[in-house]
Parts: sequence; C-alpha cells; structure tokens
Amino acid sequence: MKSKVWLLVTWLVVIALLSACGPAPTPQVIKETVVVTKEVEREVVVTKEVEVAVEVTPTPGPKPFEGIEVNILTFTGPQIAEPLQRRGPDFTALTGAKINVIVVPFNELYQKILTDMATGTNSFDAFVFAPQWMVDYIVPGYLEDLTDRVKADKAIEWEDIAPFFRDFSATYGGRIYTIPLDGDFHMAYYRTDLLEQAGFEPPKTWDDYLKIAAYFHGKDLNGDGDPDYGSCISKKRGAQAYWFITDFAASMIQSKGTSQGTFFNTKNMEPLVMNEAFKRALELYKETTKYGPPDELNLDVGDTRSLFTSGRCALSIDWGDIGTLAIDPETSVVQDKTGAVITPGSTEVLDWETGKLVPCDEKTCPYAIDGVNHAPFAAYGGWSGGINAAADPKVKDAAYAFFSYMCQPAQSNVDVTIGKTGFNPYRISQFLNRQLWVKAGMSPAAASNYLGAIEASLASPNMVLDLRIPQNQRYQGVVLDTAVSQYMAGEITAEQCMKQIYDGWEEITEELGRQSQLEAYLNTLGVQK
Amino acid sequence: MIAEHTSQEARAFLVRKRLWQGFTSWANRVAGNVFIWPTVLVVLFLSIFPLVISLYLSLSHLKFVKGGFEIRFAGLANYRKLLFGSEQEHFLGLIVNPSPTGWLVLLTVVAFLIWSLIGYLRSQHCSVGGAAGRIIATLIVSLLTWLLVSTLSPGGRPGTVVVTILYVFVGIAAQYLLGLGLALLTTQRLPGSRFFRVVFLLPMMITPVGVAYMFRMLTDTDKGPFRPIWQALGLGLTSWVNDPWGARAAVMIGDIWQWTPFMFIVLLAALESQSMELIEAALVDGANRWQIFWHVTLPQILPVSTTVILIRMIEAFKIVDLPNVLTNGGPGTATESMTLQAFITWRSLDLGGSAAIAYMLLFLVTFVGMAYVNLVRRRVTEV
Repeated sequence: MKSKVWLLVTWLVVIALLSACGPAPTPQVIKETVVVTKEVEREVVVTKEVEVAVEVTPTPGPKPFEGIEVNILTFTGPQIAEPLQRRGPDFTALTGAKINVIVVPFNELYQKILTDMATGTNSFDAFVFAPQWMVDYIVPGYLEDLTDRVKADKAIEWEDIAPFFRDFSATYGGRIYTIPLDGDFHMAYYRTDLLEQAGFEPPKTWDDYLKIAAYFHGKDLNGDGDPDYGSCISKKRGAQAYWFITDFAASMIQSKGTSQGTFFNTKNMEPLVMNEAFKRALELYKETTKYGPPDELNLDVGDTRSLFTSGRCALSIDWGDIGTLAIDPETSVVQDKTGAVITPGSTEVLDWETGKLVPCDEKTCPYAIDGVNHAPFAAYGGWSGGINAAADPKVKDAAYAFFSYMCQPAQSNVDVTIGKTGFNPYRISQFLNRQLWVKAGMSPAAASNYLGAIEASLASPNMVLDLRIPQNQRYQGVVLDTAVSQYMAGEITAEQCMKQIYDGWEEITEELGRQSQLEAYLNTLGVQK
Repeated sequence: MIAEHTSQEARAFLVRKRLWQGFTSWANRVAGNVFIWPTVLVVLFLSIFPLVISLYLSLSHLKFVKGGFEIRFAGLANYRKLLFGSEQEHFLGLIVNPSPTGWLVLLTVVAFLIWSLIGYLRSQHCSVGGAAGRIIATLIVSLLTWLLVSTLSPGGRPGTVVVTILYVFVGIAAQYLLGLGLALLTTQRLPGSRFFRVVFLLPMMITPVGVAYMFRMLTDTDKGPFRPIWQALGLGLTSWVNDPWGARAAVMIGDIWQWTPFMFIVLLAALESQSMELIEAALVDGANRWQIFWHVTLPQILPVSTTVILIRMIEAFKIVDLPNVLTNGGPGTATESMTLQAFITWRSLDLGGSAAIAYMLLFLVTFVGMAYVNLVRRRVTEV
C-alpha cells in the first residue's frame, strides 16, 4: 500500500514538472505589412504600405482548441499537402489544435473519402478534395453544411472570393459545403522568348498550337544540346490527365454560353461524343503526342510541369501551376520566359442537331473572339476543404477554423504565389493586387500576362463547368479516362473510343436514373427547366 | 431383503458403468471432430467466408445512400457486363476474325484436343468423370485458343484475360529456360560459381515495387541509364511504354528478371541431387553431352520442373505490382492484368464488378491448374 502511495506521489510530481516546463502564455504582437493596391492600368501598380499590429494570440486565456487533433485527408504531395503541412504548426501555435495531414495517391482519394464516411469508419475529420465530387458526399449526408459558419466568419472575407469559386465550387443546392483553397482553370502556356524569336503569336486555335509545337519539336530549347519538345501535356491514365481532352472537345462542342454544357445533351442526357467535334478533338489531342516527350502517355502533371520549367517544352496545357512554378529560382530556367493565354479555340463548332462541324459565325459562335470560339475549362474546380459531418463537434469547429485560416487573405495571398503549393489564385484581391506577384518574383508584365489569362477564362461567358452530377468520377475518371488512354495508345480507333465513352456513360446514366441525372446536370449548368 | 437390495445396487452400478462406457466411447469417437472444429472455424472464417461474401458481391451492385451504403442483388449483371457488355473489350479484348495463321493455330489445337479426347474415350481407362472432365477441358481450351487468335490477329486487341495468359505462359517459359540454363552453368564447377549463385538470387530478394521502379528508369529512353545508347541508335525520342507491345515486353522482362532466380535455385537443387550413376553409365556408353541432358538429366528433373512451373503459374496469374507501378496498366489498358483490372475496378468503387473479375480469375487459375496437374504433371511424375 505504502509503495502505491509513493508511486502516485511520484507520478503527480512528474506531471507537475512536465506542466511547468511548457512555455508561459505571453501575448504576441506581430507587425504585418498590408498592401493596399489600386490598379490604374493593367501594367501600372500603385502600392501603399501600412504597418498594422495584429494580435495573434489572445493570451493568457486557454487556446480555443487545446488538445484537439484534426485528421485531414488529401492527396500525396508535395503540392496541396505542402501548404497544409507547413501551416499546420502555425495554426497549432495559434489555437492549440494539432493538424495531421494524411495523404493518399490521387487516384485513391475520391473513394478513400467516400468509403471512410460510408462505412462509418470516420478516421478522417476533414478532407481537401475536388469540389466536383462533393455531390456524392453531400447527398448521403456525409459532408458538414458550413453555411452558418461562413456567414459568421468575418475573417474569411467570403465576398473577396471570386463568384465562380464561391457560388459554384463551394456551394451545392444553395448551401456552402467547402472552403476554397485553390482556383483552377486550364490555360495554354508558351515560351515567350522562343515564340518571339520565331515570330509566332501565342496560339489562338488548336491548329496554331500544333503548328508552333511542330516547329519547335526536336530543337534544343534550353541550350543543353539535347533535342526538346514542342508540346508537353500530361496524358497518364489514372492520374490528373483525364480533364485535358475536354479542353479540345469543349472548344468545338460548347459555343453558346456556359449553360449550353459540353458533356451531355441537355434535352435527354445523351452523351455529346458521337459527333464530328469529339472526333476532331481526339485527333487533335493525339496529334499533340507527336510533338511531346517520348513517354508522354506515362507522364502526370508534375512531370510535364518539371519539363516545362526546365526549359524542355515550347508549349503546355495545364492549370495555373506552371505560372508560379516558373518563377521559382531553384527549379526554373524559364523565369520571365513563360506566357499564359486562354486555352486555344476553334473556328468550327458542333451543330448539335446534325452532329457536324459548322463554321463559326455570329449565330453559331456568339461569344467568339476574332472568329475563334474559346471554351475555357474550369477543370476540377480548385482544391477545397470539406468537413466530415460525423466528426466530433469540437473537432469540426477546429477543422473549420483551420480551413478558414488557410483561406484568409493573410495566408492564401502568399500561398497562391508559391508554385510548390499547387494553389492558384481564387480571390478577387489576388487578381487585382499585382504587387503580390511582383513580390513573389514575377515581373509586372509576367504577372499581368498570367493573371490576365486566368481572368480572361474566368470572365468568359462561354466558360465550361466541370461535370458535377452524381458519380461524375465514374463518368470521367473511369470511362472517359480509360477510353481516351486506349485511343492515345493506339489500341482503338477514334470511332471505337467515342462508342466506348458513349456506351459507358449511357450505362452509368441508366443505372443511376436518366431523369435524376439530367436534373442534376441542368442544375449545375444553372438551366431553368 | 438384503440380497434383493444388493442385487439392485449391482444392477444400478452396471447401468452407470455401461452409461459411462458409452459416454467415453462416444467422447473418443467425437473427440477428433471437436478438437478439429476450432481450426475448421478459423479456415472457414479466413478462407471460405470471404469466398462466399465475394461471390455475393460479384452478383450485386454497391450504392451509396443516406447514412451508409446498400448492396443490391443484381444477378449475373456484372458477369454479363464483362463477357458481353461494355467491359467486354477491356476484359476479353477486341475480337476480330482470325488471320489465316490464327485459323491454322486454332484448327491445329482443336484437332489435337479432339484426337486426345477420342483416344481417351477409346481407351480402357475411360470413365464417366474422366470423359466429362476432358470434354469440359477441350471446350475451355478451344475457347481460350479462339480468344487468343482472334484478339491477337491484325485489327484485334488483347484484353486483360489474354494479356494475363501471355504474362503467364511467355514469362514462365522464359524463366524456366533461363533458370535451367543458369543452373546448368552453375553446376559446371566454373571459377566463381559460388559467387554467381548468390548474384543470380538477388533479383528475387527485391520487392516487386522496387523492380518496377528500376525497370521504369531502365526503359526511360530520355533520362535512363541507357540514354546514350538509345540516342546513338536514333531512338532517343521513342519510348517503350508508349507502344502497347513495347510496354508489355517491358513488364514481361521485369517479371522474367525477378522470377528467373526462383526457377534457378529450385532447378539447381534438382540438378545437384540427380543420380550420378546414370550419367556415368551414359558416359561409358558413349553418350554425348546433349544426349545425356535429354535422356538422363531432363527426365530426372522433370517432376521438380513440373512442380516449380505449377507454383510459378499460380503466382504469375496474380501479377499486379509490376504493371501497376511500371506502366499504371497503360498505355491505355495494354499492360493491365486481370488482377490489376480488378484492383482498378475496385478503386472506382465498383465492388461487384471487381469481385466478378476476381472470380473469373479464380475459375481460370483453377482450370489451368487442374488441367496442368491432370494432363501434364501426373503423367510426368508417373513415368
């Protein structure tokens, strides 16, 4: 008995000593520079710097989430996971909540999230994922409704988030379910120095793109003596490549505005693939492979980005990442040699009634620019944070606070300028404040060029919305990805590829219910029946 | 009175004794079953139960509903999809009219099978079970041969079934020949043979994922170690993994490289344990090296050879890691094996479809294994 008492006393002393070793809570005041910018002209930036004191630790009171751990699932980094992991400790210092970032390969993320919640395992409290998948998580009631939290959160500056990401990517059925951390658009990238030397304009059409790619393919583009590539586009199956075919197809299928849609006929949910436009898109897409790296069919986006920033590609199609990776002095040899432009378009578009390609005119292409129909693709929608509805209430609060913290301008305005984060601009202030980008290493001209391409895409009345109907991952990530990769490998013809996609999509639509799928599709396009 | 009481007691004692003897005799009889039940339950739980559940899964669709998921019975829909529906080309391949060579191969195989079947039916050993088994085997082998020739003919495309069969048969043939060659070399008592025994074993010790990454680097003509050679040959801008047959060859070479040591070590043991008296007798009779190998050595190592081929065959049908890491099943679906297709289907949450593929693989492995044991191994070991 005596020994037990001694043991107890010893334990109490040890615990008391350990507690005493912790840092004393002292108020911290950080001086932060707030840049207020007003754009006078596109290239001219007026900056006023004001020093304000920001109290980051409301001590001596206890931290609001002391002792709470938030398990966040996302995909294998370094991009996307990197900023979460880097800012996790800062958030812990502020609030006490410990952030654990768990990563899985991209092609396992969708089902890992779904099975974790559907089976009631609930080993993850929050997720950073593609907002287009949210429909599959919201309908069964797995995702937490964040509307009230967002409305009560002044620090997140919700109105500063560009309307597309705020109202489409983050919202479903009028309620907010995700917090945007990234803004996604496909764009065409080109080497400004090379095109200028060769007297080429940035590509406006896919034919321009192929012409430029053919010209530079096999030439030494970075001075290392080895032949380089005209075009680098990620085409790896089971990776983040299956969105790229839509860039080609949409420029010929969708010409009458966003609500027209590009994937299905809005009358009967028939897939828009058995037509001349999709066939032409497949042919163009395949032709780019002729001017690409030899193993292009096995390259993920990370590989093509590295090739571009190491100066080995004249052109590329990608999300906003190349723009910021190009300014990284450690990895890039194309600083201030990288231009971005809205994805190329087509001078011919699909006549939905006949399935034939017809020339662009005022009637067929009301939004054409110089006779070219552009359909910039908001692929993926931008990595966003969502919370597991089954998580502990306190953990949910901590998870929301973390996503809010990541989204707030103080953090996100820095993160979107760093290439390795994988985060691209999505706040209005990030587009307006060119100084952010100049500070990150872009020249004012390069910043205007890069942001201008995103703005042009974002402002396009013919922007293409990504598919956000139930089980969209099966439509795109399984059926489309498999058929297109088989076609690219030469295993099937364009006609066989189109039929395979058509049959596969029809099978899913029939299985899930044509009418309900059509309604979901029309809802995402904002079409009133 | 006392005598009557004693006699009643004796009777009761005898009844009790008989009961006890009956109980112990029963206990002795059932003890074996009782003791084996825990093991049976463990086996049922670990082996039979998953088989039954996956069979049920293969007959159903998974749907996510509010608050969880439901598994709906769908009959043979998943199998229909694989064999006749939208997944037919992926699973079986693109079937076209066989080329003249294809027809020749098909007819030769079918003629041989029918000739063997007629021979069996006319023989004295013919039984109903044996005949039924051989008729089924003839039908299945004929169908598989038809599938092979019609998907490998010009215009056709092999699906995951044919690709898996190619991995198994081409891979194992190469592994056996190389393994036997290396084993024969090592038994020649050449200088450094002990060192090479260890070196030849190394590939087997490496994890398949490591092998896949290594071959990914080796086949990279742009950055890999053979880059100068490819460039000198003018192949700097070509890639193995962009071409379906190049990619399949890369996977097979990786698999052969990794598993030849297994054949080597087993065949080396067989060669070293063969009877020297027979070889010496053959030498005395004036047999040359080839005759000794063909008539003396090979028959002695055949039982071991058939066993090692059976083990490798069962294992090779389940190939997944190498094509998954090396080519991700691509380009397209060119290098996808049945297991990888099941894995990718499972990853897209089509659990029913995935289970159906796994069951088709189980049927194929069981059939090939049984046919091999009955038609090849038994004959060889009986000789």
